[in-house]
Amino acid sequence: MDGSAEQSAVAAAPQITRRWDGDSLFRTLVVLTGISVLVVLGAIITIMVTGGWKAFSTFGPSFFVTAVWNPVTQHFGAVAPVFGTLASSFLGLLIAVPLAFGTAFWLTALAPPAVSSVIGMAVQLLAAVPSIIFGMWGFFVLVPVMAHYVQPTARHMFGHVPVLSALVSGAPFGTGLLTAGLVLGVMVVPSITAVMRDVFVSMPAVLRESAYGLGATRWEVMRRVVLPWSRQGVVGGIVLGMGRAMGETMAVTFVIGDSNHIGWSLFAPANTIASLIALEFPESPAGSLKLSSLMALGAILMAISFVTLWCSRVLLSRGEVKAGKRS
Amino acid sequence: MQGKPLADAETDAAAAALSDRPIAIQVNNLDFYYGKTHALHGITLGFPERSVTGMIGPSGCGKSTLLRVLNRMYDLYPGQRATGEVLFAGQNILGNGLDMNALRSRVGMVFQKPTPFPMSIYDNIAFGIRLHERVSRSEMDGRVEDALRRVALWTEVKDRLQASATALSGGQQQRLCIARTIAVRPEVILLDEPTSALDPVSTARIEELLDELKTEFTIAIVTHNMQQAARCADQVAFFYLGELVEVDSTARMFTAPRESRTQDYITGRFG
Repeated sequence: MDGSAEQSAVAAAPQITRRWDGDSLFRTLVVLTGISVLVVLGAIITIMVTGGWKAFSTFGPSFFVTAVWNPVTQHFGAVAPVFGTLASSFLGLLIAVPLAFGTAFWLTALAPPAVSSVIGMAVQLLAAVPSIIFGMWGFFVLVPVMAHYVQPTARHMFGHVPVLSALVSGAPFGTGLLTAGLVLGVMVVPSITAVMRDVFVSMPAVLRESAYGLGATRWEVMRRVVLPWSRQGVVGGIVLGMGRAMGETMAVTFVIGDSNHIGWSLFAPANTIASLIALEFPESPAGSLKLSSLMALGAILMAISFVTLWCSRVLLSRGEVKAGKRS
Repeated sequence: MQGKPLADAETDAAAAALSDRPIAIQVNNLDFYYGKTHALHGITLGFPERSVTGMIGPSGCGKSTLLRVLNRMYDLYPGQRATGEVLFAGQNILGNGLDMNALRSRVGMVFQKPTPFPMSIYDNIAFGIRLHERVSRSEMDGRVEDALRRVALWTEVKDRLQASATALSGGQQQRLCIARTIAVRPEVILLDEPTSALDPVSTARIEELLDELKTEFTIAIVTHNMQQAARCADQVAFFYLGELVEVDSTARMFTAPRESRTQDYITGRFG
């Protein structure tokens, strides 16, 4: 048996001299595609930084701390749109995280499998809706509702309360930070839900069963066992959603109200970096200080996004290490 | 009981003592289904109070499935269902309208792999108690210490109760899980191959522990290890292909089984 196998192996032995088989060409191609990603990323960063250099050098560090955006006096500052970006994203997360958590909890712990897969699919589809659709929905549906019902009601309820009155002050435009936050919230729910669902599911079933085995209810199991176990993954998912919210342009531009103003009011029009760039870009002549300031804003946005993405990576990978150790 | 093979007086006495005990859980004519798969066929089996019932049989014979019926763990998974009757505390626990959390606090479970929760050693024990009772801080300290002493873990961990439970060794973790289960003060403890992931020394400690625990709890243990069943159990039930082939006192089961299939399995001819 052994002998015959050896014989046939010798007979069928391939020639050792190398034939040209296209492998090296293929290899070169994939190396090039891989490198091109780096080249494109590097080019974008270079363009943003060099494009914004004029603004950085003209205004110096004060570019980062002034809230002025005045094309007439040619004076520009980054604080207002940075504030708008962070504030609207934060509001969006405030809305999205409980929704996403509830959905993920329900999908993993309570829903029957058939329902769970349908809803899970719907969540994925929600992620696939183009952002312009959310913008239109926000503008035609949400903005009137905010103007006619939400803000008047809020002012009626909290207008006389010392601290809260600041949050609801201002004319009822309907557009503003909270409206943008709502739209962003709905938009980032799918990605946060997906991450949370994955970390909940990845918990060993036997750990969950031991908690049930002690007589814990589903909520107790979730709160005392699943959440502590998957904390880092959950945080990573939230940060991932935050990164998405900060970069969102189209939907926010529709509903944010375009005003370079920093204030306490949730209903005041504002601007995010992305919305300001989208609105002002067409009116910025080449070589102008304004265009350079927009480029500088873009560089700042990229920096913020990189930092949040990096944070989420770190948190998620730590979660994986932890999960791996436990299993 | 006709055709009973010759057995000496000692095994007869042990069997008689066992049959005198009241039954903690009585399973009657139980059928179990994983979706369309029929996993248990008409099981009828009584678990005598304050004794150890060992469940043996080859993989996939349904012994773990039976365990998961006794605390209705299968309820977590849609598509799994049981028919028949399981009487516990004067109630058919397969019926509707049962408080599942109360049932599981009275029928505790320990798993194959140690499953410490991602929290401190102290909180692992306190977790179960807090679910069902409101106790003062000092009483809680007492309950935690008591539970840890009973599994002979107290001296090993008393200086690091606030350390993470996941840092303990495998054997310590498993004893912690047993302590966690008895801290809730159940009446029945289900153990699903509790030592299969442990080294021989840890296994021996847990077997010793079972001997003490059975003075207070009714114990059902699934095991792959024939010697373990012989050492620990008062009564042994042999399962094969979803059927209960034979159940008898341990002494009789290992010296003079009635069924040839039992004989074959015990002597290692298959399984």
